[in-house]
Amino acid sequence: MHYDASGKGIGISSLWRDVTKRKYTIQVLVLVGVVVLFSVLINIASDSLQKQNIASGFGFLAREAAFEIGETLTSYSAESTFGEALLAGLLNTMLVALLGNFLAVIWGAVVGITSLSHNLLLARLARIYVDTLRNIPLLLQLFFWYALITEFLPAIRDALNPVPNVYLSQRGMFFPMPEWGATHGWALVALLVGGIAAIFLYRWQKLRQQHTGQLFPFYRVAAALLLVPPLLAWLIGGAPVELDVPVLQGFNFEGGLALTPEFLALSLGLVLYTGSFNAEIVRAGIESVKKGQKEAAVSLGLSRSQALRLVVLPQAVRVIIPPMTSQMLNLTKNSSLAVAIGYPDLVNVANTSMNQTGQAIECIVIIVFVYLSFSLMTSAFMNWYNHMTRLVER
Amino acid sequence: MTGVARNRVLDWIKTNLFSSPFNIVLTFLLLFVATKLLWNFLDWAVLRAVWGGDAETCRHGAGGACWAYVRDKARYVLFGHYPYEQQWRPQLFVAIFFLLSLLTQFKRFWSKYLTAAWVVLPLGAAGLMWGGFFGLTHVEMEEWGGLPLTLALAFLGISASYPIGIVLALARRSEMPVIRALSVIYIEVIRGVPLISMLFMAAVMFPLFLPEGITISKVVRAQVAIIMFASAYMAEVVRGGLQSLAKGQYEAADAIGLSYTKKMVFVVLPQALKAVIAPTVNTFIGLFKDTSLVFIISLSDLMFTTQASLQDADWLGFTVEGYIFAAFVYFVFCYFISFSSSRLEKELKV
Repeated sequence: MHYDASGKGIGISSLWRDVTKRKYTIQVLVLVGVVVLFSVLINIASDSLQKQNIASGFGFLAREAAFEIGETLTSYSAESTFGEALLAGLLNTMLVALLGNFLAVIWGAVVGITSLSHNLLLARLARIYVDTLRNIPLLLQLFFWYALITEFLPAIRDALNPVPNVYLSQRGMFFPMPEWGATHGWALVALLVGGIAAIFLYRWQKLRQQHTGQLFPFYRVAAALLLVPPLLAWLIGGAPVELDVPVLQGFNFEGGLALTPEFLALSLGLVLYTGSFNAEIVRAGIESVKKGQKEAAVSLGLSRSQALRLVVLPQAVRVIIPPMTSQMLNLTKNSSLAVAIGYPDLVNVANTSMNQTGQAIECIVIIVFVYLSFSLMTSAFMNWYNHMTRLVER
Repeated sequence: MTGVARNRVLDWIKTNLFSSPFNIVLTFLLLFVATKLLWNFLDWAVLRAVWGGDAETCRHGAGGACWAYVRDKARYVLFGHYPYEQQWRPQLFVAIFFLLSLLTQFKRFWSKYLTAAWVVLPLGAAGLMWGGFFGLTHVEMEEWGGLPLTLALAFLGISASYPIGIVLALARRSEMPVIRALSVIYIEVIRGVPLISMLFMAAVMFPLFLPEGITISKVVRAQVAIIMFASAYMAEVVRGGLQSLAKGQYEAADAIGLSYTKKMVFVVLPQALKAVIAPTVNTFIGLFKDTSLVFIISLSDLMFTTQASLQDADWLGFTVEGYIFAAFVYFVFCYFISFSSSRLEKELKV
């Protein structure tokens, strides 16, 4: 028998028969298995790379890219390096992700609250919207919006002109932009100062309320703080009203702000699709707050809007935020579908670089690294948020 | 109608549609807009639509939808390049899925035979599509396309990622730190990256990691990527179920001396999995929709055949009809899955 007096296993077989030792055996075996698997794979890969004469490593990032990118936020040209191309792609991804998430959260909140409306017709219409969009692949929706813009909007010569100086055509959307000047810079500084003042005001009024119970009309004063200083700065600067207006020159519009069909289709598709998921989250969050909470608040003498703002929403938000952040992450990841309609996001640019250089592993590593850091930052935020809003029990 | 019943109807209308002056205005406004939109759509899709003929008939039609396009292209969109005369084989494949899903709706059909049928029949149907016996011509996998490919990717994806997800979830809650760490790394890395990057890996990176002389077809590689991707999401759903279970259940199972395996199989998992039916089904639906991404690595799934049919020079300009048809097919499947899940929840009385 391989057991000693205390019932502990001895000998080789005890590595498996003894429950405590078995745990270590399993872990060592699994770890060894994983290490062996990876080293075999890496060996094979470096062999096949050598045979195909592909130099592994990130040296290619400094080489000339020699391809154009449709739209960039940086001064990129075909002479720039692969590194700069990937940076331009990354910035495009971030632009779509920030704008898309901002709009998708607002849109989701609007639709989610609408689907709880006392007006049955309104609620039903919101439900139909949510059920339809959630059950159709995002890729198909992107193709649909892209086709709608590029095939069914008029050609650039007959561009729609719904509002003066705003044009809508199959080449995209064109807006006027204020002519940038020093005054606008000062207005921006004033806005920043107003914002910081508002934050301090918030803390002060909260402390005062805790000590004395006196209420302070914070939202009205804060709105004034945010609006008045920039407006004053703008007026003092002579109230410049020059606009950079899009003008049809040759085959395209010059000046103003241009949004390409790819950008429009991608943003629209992402916002409407993710918005339908966000709507469900908001609806479920509000429904999760027990009816008694609202009734108790009203019977304490709070008004309906106070009950909603001070009692119902803070509890709903606790339920809403975690799934909402994961939807924000989904939107960011889904923005990689840009590759299908030709918007130059990170994945699209990396795909082009991959085809041109054959550096498949490196390009995929870059994609994985970027998205992984987005999601790690988000989960770090989530942990912090959960810690901040945890229920403090007695 | 009796007076009481009429009052009830009027009451219902009053509370749900006309409860305040604002709601009265809103209801009429919405009614107006909704009817107008619906009417415009019906006018385009039914009244002025062209139902037969070719592209010229459509172009000279009343400007409505061109369903002649869908009639002409449906077979290609649904079954891809599979030899036309042989398309009864993929049709049978799809029909078998329909039949099995339908039978699974009713609890009285649930038996080990049905489970066996779910394994044997899809395999048999796939064999039928493959051919090469009983005088059936062999059809290369590269020629399979459209709906059968989408269904196969989704079905295999679901049936493989579910058990793998369960194992990963159990590993993540294991007492062994190495196992736990490996599981956490796998789940978080996969969930942190977009599916496209996994598919790119399958398309261009996997071949580099294969020993010389061994090739695996792209469909299989994409399938593996989809399974790897979906497993990580499944694992998180299952973990939610495991966490929702009261601690007493674990302790009771330990107390009556069940081994780890028995504890999990007979006590923990049946309850945990039942508690998360809704999110599980949402993951399945997500996976079904996500199969459309294989379009990007040029596998001829439903999305791909739809796009390809739109490129036909004879039929240019009927994009909307094409997309509506594809959207309809996807919608029917996704809606069916979520409908069955709410039935399942009722049957199991969650």
